[in-house]
Amino acid sequence: MAILIVAEHNDGSLAAATLNAVTAARQIGGDIHILVAGQGVGSVAEAAAQVEGVAKVLVADAAHFAYQLPENVAPLIAEMAKQYSHVIAPATTNGKNCLPRAAALLDVDQISEITAVVSADTFKRPIYAGNAIATVQSNATIKVITVRTTGFDAAPALGGNAALEIVGVGVDSGKSAFVGEELAKSERPDLTSAKVVISGGRGLQNGENFKLLYAVADKLGAAVGASRAAVDAGYVANDMQVGQTGKIVAPQLYIAVGISGAIQHLAGMKDSKVIVAINKDEEAPIFQVADYGLVGDLFELMPELEKAI
Amino acid sequence: MKVLVAVKRVVDFNVKVRVKPDDSGVDLTNVKMAMNPFCEIAVEEAVRLKEKGVASEIVVVTIGPNAAQEQVRTALALGADSGILVETPEDVSSLAVAKLLKAVVDKEQPQLVIIGKQAIDTDNNQTGQMLGALTGYPQGTFASKVDLAADKVNVTREVDGGLQTVSLTLPAIVTTDLRLNEPRYASLPSIMKAKKKPLEIVTPEALGVSTASTVTTIKVESPATRTAGIKVKSVAELVEKLKNEAKVI
Repeated sequence: MAILIVAEHNDGSLAAATLNAVTAARQIGGDIHILVAGQGVGSVAEAAAQVEGVAKVLVADAAHFAYQLPENVAPLIAEMAKQYSHVIAPATTNGKNCLPRAAALLDVDQISEITAVVSADTFKRPIYAGNAIATVQSNATIKVITVRTTGFDAAPALGGNAALEIVGVGVDSGKSAFVGEELAKSERPDLTSAKVVISGGRGLQNGENFKLLYAVADKLGAAVGASRAAVDAGYVANDMQVGQTGKIVAPQLYIAVGISGAIQHLAGMKDSKVIVAINKDEEAPIFQVADYGLVGDLFELMPELEKAI
Repeated sequence: MKVLVAVKRVVDFNVKVRVKPDDSGVDLTNVKMAMNPFCEIAVEEAVRLKEKGVASEIVVVTIGPNAAQEQVRTALALGADSGILVETPEDVSSLAVAKLLKAVVDKEQPQLVIIGKQAIDTDNNQTGQMLGALTGYPQGTFASKVDLAADKVNVTREVDGGLQTVSLTLPAIVTTDLRLNEPRYASLPSIMKAKKKPLEIVTPEALGVSTASTVTTIKVESPATRTAGIKVKSVAELVEKLKNEAKVI
């Protein structure tokens, strides 16, 4: 039994999400191989080979794998998968985009966003925005799974010495093409892996006021997130959204500022170790999950908080 | 151009669901049901394409129990032209849904298929991508902007680092993200008119599709509960607690 992990990477570096997938694979048990598909992925493959517990790295380097378009990558994954018992990808937007397409090519169901491995064929995953946990069992010959990265610790990035193997690359499907991208630039830590996250909601009133959060975030070395209300109102970019349909975070400390705590937002952050809520509405549902609640005007409290830490 | 939109009947997004005491599933008796929010966005996008004169016909399809006719009627009231219900009493997996949709695509021959990016009950985020594999059509998932040209569609996608735009050759599949549009409400006259629009009911057998799944749900439990902590009175007290009690800063 061997497990194939589809690497998450960008700009020539291996993404941390891959390391969480490696841990999930180690819990399942068996040889672990990593597939790196892309263009100019030499450095990514080198990094993947050093991850502890990885036996082999398969490298598919070709122009038509650039930006990992699913029309080209999914057939590659499906072809490679035939020699494996499990195919795993982290539940990033790339993983979610490519893996179900590969699963359908293999004619098997996919299990999305597992948070725990019960056994090699049984897994736990949240449903209904995390309000229920389903235990599911697969009897498929190839089990296709995406992994919720916050459910598993990152495997050590060093300590391995896997062999590299170049694999066949297929041809361009010609059905899709990359046009452009607008990536948000930030000096702050990555939202999904940050130890401290401070998020703002509608209570911030405008984008300018988010600087109150940035000031505190910079002192704490925190990432900044947002509720859907703040994103929809245009205060901040969509890639900062935390929740059922945004990013799932589970930091050591989550500070929710001016966020009411709707079901869809809680789905993205309720596994945080410590939750702090700052809100002027004493009845806000966020206080029902917060370890520490502070009722008051965020415009007075945030500058105070910045000074106090 | 013909547009096919798939919708799903799910528990209303505001409902706090309860797990059944025997851990067999979520209790849906007497719970308010509605169209999945991402599907509403898919319907709205199709209707806007028709209003712009790009789409000529909108077919809406759902796979579910007989009661899911309600959601098809809702889509018809919002501006779809005809509806199809593939009636299945049991819940079916995303792969089975994709296979049923493939059968409908083969019959209807749409140029564009619009589906929500995920259903808020199963949270799978699979069906659109699987339909892409089965039909061989390209996919523009998590779309926040859709631009149709003659034989191509440009889709701006919400990805982890920001936005990405891809160009797809038609026919293609688009799955909607929340920011694609703001769905409209159906007016009473349009609801009345929708009752007269055609709605075809078929079975998976008639479409020649097996809905057998390789995955079974063993049990469904409540998540570990998180209880309210304490309220602090001042910022100073909060910082003191975070430093000395929780030890997180």
